[in-house]
Amino acid sequence: MIPHNESMMLHTPFHSRCAAACEVNLWEDWKGYTTPQVFTEVDMEYFAVRNSTGVFDLSPMTKYRITGPDSEAFINKLITRDIRKLAVDRVSYVLWCDGEGKVMDDGTIFRLSEDDYRLCCYTRALDWLMWTAEGFEVTVKEETADVAALAVQGPTSCAVFKALGFVGIELLKPFGMSRFKFSGSQVMVSRTGFTGDLGYEVWVEPSLAESFWDALFDAGKPHGIRAIGSSALDMLRIEAGFLQAGVDFIPADETIRAGRSRSPFELGLGWMVSFDKPVFNGRRALLRERAQGSRYAFVYLDVEGNKPAEHAFVYHGDQEVGTITSAAWCPTTKTNIAFAQVDAKFGRPGQSLVAEIYYERELKWTRVMAQCKVTKGALFSPDRRRQTPAPNF
Amino acid sequence: MMTEIKSEYDVVVIGAGHNGLACAASLAKTGRKVIVIEALDSPGGACATTEFYEKFSVSSCAQWLYQLNDSVVSQMSLEQHGFELSARNIPTTVLCESGDHLTVFSDRLEGAGVSDKDKAAFKSFTKQMLKFCDVLSKAFKRRPPNLVDRSFGDVMALLGLGMKIKMLGKTDMRDLMRLGLINIYDVMEENFDNDLLKAAISLDSVMGSHMGPRSPNTVFGYLYRHMGDIYGYGRPGVSVVRGGMGQLGQSMAKAAKAMGVDIELNASVDRISIDLDKVMGVVLKDGRELRAGIVVSSADPKTTFEKFVGLANLETDTLRRVKNVRMKGDAAKLHIALDGLPNFMGLAESRLGDRLLIAPNMEYIEKAFNPSKYGKFSTSPIMDISIPSIHDSGLAPEGKHVLSAIVQYAPYDLEGGWEAGKQPFQNLLIDCLSQYYPGLKHQILSAELLTPVDIEERYLIHGGHWHHGEISLDQILMMRPFPGVSQYSTPVDGLYLSGAGTHPGGGVLGLAGLNTAKEIISQKKNRTG
Ligand SMILES: Cc1cc2nc3c(=O)[nH]c(=O)nc-3n(C[C@H](O)[C@H](O)[C@H](O)COP(=O)(O)OP(=O)(O)OC[C@H]3O[C@@H](n4cnc5c(N)ncnc54)[C@H](O)[C@@H]3O)c2cc1C
Repeated sequence: MIPHNESMMLHTPFHSRCAAACEVNLWEDWKGYTTPQVFTEVDMEYFAVRNSTGVFDLSPMTKYRITGPDSEAFINKLITRDIRKLAVDRVSYVLWCDGEGKVMDDGTIFRLSEDDYRLCCYTRALDWLMWTAEGFEVTVKEETADVAALAVQGPTSCAVFKALGFVGIELLKPFGMSRFKFSGSQVMVSRTGFTGDLGYEVWVEPSLAESFWDALFDAGKPHGIRAIGSSALDMLRIEAGFLQAGVDFIPADETIRAGRSRSPFELGLGWMVSFDKPVFNGRRALLRERAQGSRYAFVYLDVEGNKPAEHAFVYHGDQEVGTITSAAWCPTTKTNIAFAQVDAKFGRPGQSLVAEIYYERELKWTRVMAQCKVTKGALFSPDRRRQTPAPNF
Repeated sequence: MMTEIKSEYDVVVIGAGHNGLACAASLAKTGRKVIVIEALDSPGGACATTEFYEKFSVSSCAQWLYQLNDSVVSQMSLEQHGFELSARNIPTTVLCESGDHLTVFSDRLEGAGVSDKDKAAFKSFTKQMLKFCDVLSKAFKRRPPNLVDRSFGDVMALLGLGMKIKMLGKTDMRDLMRLGLINIYDVMEENFDNDLLKAAISLDSVMGSHMGPRSPNTVFGYLYRHMGDIYGYGRPGVSVVRGGMGQLGQSMAKAAKAMGVDIELNASVDRISIDLDKVMGVVLKDGRELRAGIVVSSADPKTTFEKFVGLANLETDTLRRVKNVRMKGDAAKLHIALDGLPNFMGLAESRLGDRLLIAPNMEYIEKAFNPSKYGKFSTSPIMDISIPSIHDSGLAPEGKHVLSAIVQYAPYDLEGGWEAGKQPFQNLLIDCLSQYYPGLKHQILSAELLTPVDIEERYLIHGGHWHHGEISLDQILMMRPFPGVSQYSTPVDGLYLSGAGTHPGGGVLGLAGLNTAKEIISQKKNRTG
């Protein structure tokens, strides 16, 4: 029983620290957990990640632990990429499809040891994972609440960890992971993130969460560390070109209307589909789609002006050819970026399209027909994101 | 005798059940090289005759023939290969403890003081049902329409079915739409007064299923069973095969061989070999591998996908559907070797060859069904009894007889297991029979009970299920055995599913086998060699 005077929302292991730092008291629901949308001011939080270090509590991220002799074969049936290529202590961005070849979710898989993996994702997928596990000697366990996680992102993030005593962290390669001693125990750090910047994610036992937060912020003080909320993260990921499940596509299992789910090809993620591996979910449907063509194309748009093209229709001449799913004015690239889903015919880089943007100022709505250009890829991708040893800013 | 296995077959058929054989023969007719691999030592699958006691033989699984499609018999010239009925149009007599039994002929009723009103109602009821069967039968002789990727033929088939339904006229059309979904109990109450009559008809709609007369869509079960009155060999009504049902299997095997089919008995398939999602052939339990571009499995869908293909090789949505197919048997078989002619209270000797039912009223059937929902067998079970030796003296020594009964309800998942439950159930069955046949115990030479678990083990049918999967509205037509695998082809290229688990369903029909062959032939591109 939850006492009547308490919130029904769950608290992450960092809640006490987030609550203390959340000056504007603006919270939102993330899969049942209450998490800060903004701590102080969105732009400040955004710039912390681009200029120093921002810390984001990603504990509500769904996590599954996959163990057993068939874990590799099981994962390979689940996802579209070939997991056999993933070495121990490496991480891979993955997605998985239903039988119609429509994306159910995306996420990251961490290979912790030979037959031990962690899958982090957006949806709660235990039912699908358990069904997929039929016929394999594998155990799938939900561990969302058993692992606390922070994203520590930005140019000074490596320096922050060094100050924390994580010796050798600068040698960690992108998508690599390593363990470091902390307070008589161990934390795992992976060089991963959702900001497109130099950055890390830290995975700790919930009991260590608060002391780790405190130590991290102490060490980070001289390096401009700051807690960031989901609003800032959204700008960051759009600038870096990362799709958000539930925003840029609806997980196939959650769509109700026919035709609303999207295939990997339709999300610009065809490169993540590997046909030269054993049977995996969606394989037959995706082969068919590859042969017959897709319905939609996913495009990055560089939109003229500075009005975010949120929810805008996209035109080619007079013809409506798609809609925008994510949009933001991105300060570092100084570009008005949008992600759009358009008819498959209109996805060519360089193509000119028009976004019909509506915005409101003091109850006055204005309509802008903004010229857009399809760009080749994401616009923000600094060298520091890839460099090893990681630069010391 | 072992057939020499050639590696170059066009088609490997798994299972020499009547559907597997019908399919193999149809394919051989087109010049394809076909081999049938059967685990048992005789052909026919659940169409089997077994000597269960010295010189006493019985149809050890299916016993009544009422749905076998005419075209199976004619296409394979079965009559020239030893197939013969020993009796046809056999009436059904519903036993009454008082001895005042009711006999149901295909066109009239006799006994049990049945009223003229019921007699008239029976005529109009069977007439209307026959009309409905006629409509549905059109959908049985072809592959079920695919509702997703509609082909022209499928659309025409649906339109044709729609037209047929429309042509029934307003009243009949409304009745079909209404009756199709409701339960047989209510329909009986609407039409008849006589308890024995209501029980006899409603029993037809629940035989072989996990349903009672009050279960939804049992009217469909009735129509399904009576489809044979439209196209069944020996129609109308029920027949028995000379030499037992196994003789049908034997004659089909002979006919198939004459048409060029190779049949290997005592050869068990271990798995189907697959390259990604294309069939390569089969691997036998003895290690041999047979290569073929087309494999037809007439084993049930669960055996086929779980054992032969392997769940790991199926995409999750398919495997979820495989796992969810409802196919736990609820029917057992009782075989008794009798020392003399049986004597049922109040039953004329001339009626001993009838189909004898112990199901005195619908409440009795419903109450027999109830315990099975909770993993218990009926304490007052229903029985569908045949004394085949009345028509066929070859089944028992001179002056002696065999009694064979299909018994419901005997749930596959019996609480406490069948090992412990089998003897008590057999005793109960014999006590129950003795109420109608008091001298029974003195005449028993030997008795054998086959529980659903025994049927599973003996005939290799998952769950021991009559139809390789329940016949109910969610598991018929384009939903049989499950959506996505309803037109005989499967997600594994070159692997076809035939057998009772596919459209139209179980019972001795042969249509699933014929339809599968049609489907393979129409997809000529798959042909090898
Ligand atoms: C108790 C009971 C009573 C019934 N009574 C009647 C009745 O009176 N009238 C009626 O019409 N129907 C009756 N039925 C239903 C009927 O018997 C079946 O629906 C029908 O015989 C199924 O035929 P089939 O060819 O589709 O499958 P099956 O006859 O089951 O054939 C499948 C074949 O595949 C073979 N096989 C399985 N696994 C392997 C393997 N690994 N390797 C090689 N071969 C394999 C099996 O041995 C079998 O021969 C009854 C069923 C039961 C259970």
